[in-house]
Amino acid sequence: MRREWFKFALYALIVLLAPLCVNGGYLLNVLVFVGINTLLAVGLNLLLGFAGQISLGQAAFYGLGAYGSGVLTASYGWNPWLALVAAALTVGVLAFAIGFPILKLKGHYLAMATLGFGIIVFIVFNEYVDITGGPSGLPGIPNLTAAGMTFDSDLKNFYLIWAVVLTVVLLAINLVHSRIGRALRAIHDSEVAARVLGVNARLLKVQIFTCSAVISCIAGSLYAHTVTFISPASFGFHFSIELLTMVIIGGLGSIYGSCLGAALLTLLPEMLRTFQDYDIVVYGFLLVAMTMFLPGGLVQGGGLLLSQLKRLWPGRGGNNA
Amino acid sequence: MELLKLKNVNTWYGAVHALKNVSLHLLPGEIVTLIGANGAGKTTLLNTVSAVTPARDGDIRFAGEPIQQCEPERIVELGISQVPEGRQVFKPLTVEDNLELGAYLRFRRREPRKAIRADLEEMYTLFPRLRERRKQLAGTLSGGEQQMLAIGRALMAKPTVLLLDEPSMGLAPLVVQEIFGVIAALSRDKGVTVLLVEQNAKAALKLANRGYVLETGKVILEGVAAELLENPEVQRAYLGKDKKEIWER
Repeated sequence: MRREWFKFALYALIVLLAPLCVNGGYLLNVLVFVGINTLLAVGLNLLLGFAGQISLGQAAFYGLGAYGSGVLTASYGWNPWLALVAAALTVGVLAFAIGFPILKLKGHYLAMATLGFGIIVFIVFNEYVDITGGPSGLPGIPNLTAAGMTFDSDLKNFYLIWAVVLTVVLLAINLVHSRIGRALRAIHDSEVAARVLGVNARLLKVQIFTCSAVISCIAGSLYAHTVTFISPASFGFHFSIELLTMVIIGGLGSIYGSCLGAALLTLLPEMLRTFQDYDIVVYGFLLVAMTMFLPGGLVQGGGLLLSQLKRLWPGRGGNNA
Repeated sequence: MELLKLKNVNTWYGAVHALKNVSLHLLPGEIVTLIGANGAGKTTLLNTVSAVTPARDGDIRFAGEPIQQCEPERIVELGISQVPEGRQVFKPLTVEDNLELGAYLRFRRREPRKAIRADLEEMYTLFPRLRERRKQLAGTLSGGEQQMLAIGRALMAKPTVLLLDEPSMGLAPLVVQEIFGVIAALSRDKGVTVLLVEQNAKAALKLANRGYVLETGKVILEGVAAELLENPEVQRAYLGKDKKEIWER
């Protein structure tokens, strides 16, 4: 457990020092999005990497959070914090309700059902023009405020969002090292064996699905208040796939893997700007290379690299896994 | 009084009638074996008791209480644990995680950690090889060790009835002997009641007090194990004795 605290402290330190390295400007704005994507990836990894249940509809929960907060604050003048909580509760109840029928499905069928849900929600965002503003989007969402301070700059938003990210990461680490985490991995491996040990697999799957949906929803609310303008295009099917890529590239079943995957996939397109028109080709090539050579994800690949280095320098012990 | 009693139980897999009017009982402290060929319904019977494959009709009672409507979790809570066929240990988890998962419901009931810890130690005493490998992933264990782990995991729930599904499957004769020795010790020292499903009819009947013979979903024979061992029908069909003709070209 002490090693877990050490890892978390190291991660928190890197996060807190990151703004100093980029000295403001555009890249700081990108780091804010790294934070939001980290939330989403960690949420999805709890479901996919630990419980072994796929979801291709995560963007829908993300969008529901964004539109929930956006509509309630911009059109109805609610307090943003109150709107965030209301959206999270509503999405929680919704996910719990649809979780029972949907999570009876397995494998490809579960993928199809969650995909369908994502598409339905996407259509609602586009077509309920009176409420959501339709394809042209919803402007005028206020920034969050706390104790007389408005989170209107990138630096303020950076610390706000990353405070939430670090809290969620800490809670997620705690969860996966608990009795519940063990039970989730057991369901992943063999649902029948888990059930005959007394694990209520059906309920637990729905609970983790709900948990992951609520995390996505909160990420959506934070996104809405940060960018102050939202449109359906950000919450489509391709974004669900992007999240899936983050989780898989980072490493299934590793919380820090998701942090790493989210950071890499958010920063990579920015770094590849130098390739100009060819950036998408290089991006695709890197994804293929990573899945081929690091099938266990970046985290496992990093571990392998370290053990290779250790072999090069014999006699230097230590535990890096 | 019977600890576990099945009366006229019928189980279906879709259109397949897998258990046909099966009746069976376990007395407290007994070892009862269920033998039969592949596809006779032995595993189905265990899964029906565990409520993983619920019965369509009939009556299943545990200590006099009907348990047919229960969810699998409730069955474990009542004190019936299954060691599933093919071991089904959680391969990506460590040996210790596997054992602690066996005590899942006890953790949930907030039983004192100390008691669970003590039981964990007891499992390591029962299966010393698991102690050596406690931090190892379960998938890296040998078949025999995985079987021991699966039994240990089920015992962590502190069951009164243990349902064992073919613990000898794919194991070397010496390892089978060791595992059967443990089953005998569990019954003798801890008073655990055992329902043992086996293909290895001879070893199972030697270990058990009573036995049932299942054929295409029906109980065709039942009785004291020693008598079943001598039964010509059983000897011919399951022990390979007194073959009238030997087919070979």
